Amino acid sequence: MESLAARSRFWWSLFRVSLEERLVYRGDFAFGTLMRFLPIITQIFLWWAIYDARAASAEGATDISQVEIRGYTLHDMIAYMLLVMLARAFSSMPGLTSGIARSVQNGEVKKFLIQPVDMVGCLLLQRIAHKLVYYLIAFFPFAFVFYLCSNFFDAGFPDPVHLLGLVAALVGAFLLGFFLEACLGLVSFWFLEVTSLAFVYMLMNFFLSGHMFPLDLLPPPFDFLVGLLPFQYLAYFPSAIALGKVDGQLMLHGLLIQYAWILFFVVLSRVLWHRGLIRYGGYGG
Amino acid sequence: MNQSTETNVEAQAQRFHPSYWRVFRTFIRNSLVRAMSFRMNFWLESISSMAWTLMNLGFFKIIFAHTDSIGHNTGWGEQEFFVFLGTTWIITSLIQTFVMPNAQEFSELIRTGNLDFALLKPIDTQFLISFPKMDWSNLSNLFVGIAVLLYGLWQLMHDSVSPIHIGPLQIFAYLLFLACGLAILYSVMIALSATSIWLGRNQTLYTFWFYITNFYRQPMEIYQQGLWGWALWGLFTFVFPILLVVNVPARIMAQPLRGSASGQTIAFCVWALAAAVLSLLASRWVFKKALGSYRSASS
Repeated sequence: MESLAARSRFWWSLFRVSLEERLVYRGDFAFGTLMRFLPIITQIFLWWAIYDARAASAEGATDISQVEIRGYTLHDMIAYMLLVMLARAFSSMPGLTSGIARSVQNGEVKKFLIQPVDMVGCLLLQRIAHKLVYYLIAFFPFAFVFYLCSNFFDAGFPDPVHLLGLVAALVGAFLLGFFLEACLGLVSFWFLEVTSLAFVYMLMNFFLSGHMFPLDLLPPPFDFLVGLLPFQYLAYFPSAIALGKVDGQLMLHGLLIQYAWILFFVVLSRVLWHRGLIRYGGYGG
Repeated sequence: MNQSTETNVEAQAQRFHPSYWRVFRTFIRNSLVRAMSFRMNFWLESISSMAWTLMNLGFFKIIFAHTDSIGHNTGWGEQEFFVFLGTTWIITSLIQTFVMPNAQEFSELIRTGNLDFALLKPIDTQFLISFPKMDWSNLSNLFVGIAVLLYGLWQLMHDSVSPIHIGPLQIFAYLLFLACGLAILYSVMIALSATSIWLGRNQTLYTFWFYITNFYRQPMEIYQQGLWGWALWGLFTFVFPILLVVNVPARIMAQPLRGSASGQTIAFCVWALAAAVLSLLASRWVFKKALGSYRSASS
């Protein structure tokens, strides 16, 4: 019992240190977040032009707000782009894979062998601290942009059930993103150089998670195939819930699959870590 | 050192004209040797940057499954847009191969104080820092760009309703305005990296590049809607003319409106030429001004 208290005290101080470390560059941080919305401007104009062309080509003069592409109006599409930014704020893990790979390469990983601290657990705690600070500071730029664009959200604020689902999906997106990238980083026990692997992952993630466009636009059989992969739970799924595109039964079903994927990657990361340590050889000082 | 040798050295320095072409060839050789020392890495990087491009192609293939053209009455149908995309990738890959590594390195030289060594060399400093590094793996997208461009053109030239005609004049104009576009982007990036003399560490150069590419790789017609759109269009056509970079050469080749807007295209051509010259002059001015404020780094 005492060891549990000591343990939680230890994890708490680790968490606090990470929190403070992150608060050092807050001004830079808030500005950087606002800048990240810039590409959305081009996206809005691009989709506007596409819907405009669709409205003109339809039989008779159609109003642009009536045009739907696979169930998405222009407003839905813009709202989707903004929501994807929100989801990515949870699921993206900058520097996680490369950080793990670097510590395996330069032997820093040894410190986890002699200290009674689990590496993946430690990284998870650091990441939670970093993310919390990020939301604390990024809240204002996000709130500002969402307020500016509030008239694109035709469905309005999600009802309590969907809000609960959204929160669960966003937390899931964070956990899935973390354990997926941690697994990629742990592969460096076998291949020291994982940068190209990480790049391939980033590419697939950008396209298959729905970051580029709503996955509903995919033609068959690709929509089915992409549905089998875990990537959609990193961006598309939370955004679709917030937009009211996934309701009740379907949402519950999706959440179950999302958390099953998380479980899969948690187990995989444990296996990779233990197998990796057996392979690992740390020489010299 | 006595008086006579000192004048001798000075006279020699005045007579010394560096061969820019030979220095440039050395840059090419060095960067190729460097790229080829890690051959596996080189191929992996080439493939991954190509994968990125192909993914973009996939995105637009999906978009064109849901619409006939980008914007109403803009003429950017699927085949025309292939020409546009090809041009975008040709320009982007050339900038990423030849300009970006150097712009990045320039910021680094300023931060570390190693710019001192470049300033001491008897050759134009802007030339010396603009060209030494080349990231050859980015050139793979040049070939993807050319392939997509040729595919789009072939489709347009064999269009059953109204095939387009490409003559030597158009090819010449295309290459000319491609060069203008490269000059504009080079100027923007070199001027941006020169600002790190005032701002200290400029880690965000690649971030800036990302935002710039986001704006210039779209047909300018998409911005011509609403007050904000027109404001953006004006800003990126006349103040920072990055919208001309791809749009002018792509318009010349794809002729999106088949002659009905040729007057407009000519006006853009004239402005693109002027903009290229003006940007080069402006970047030269910023560069000189920045060097004037350079204080090296304390060691």
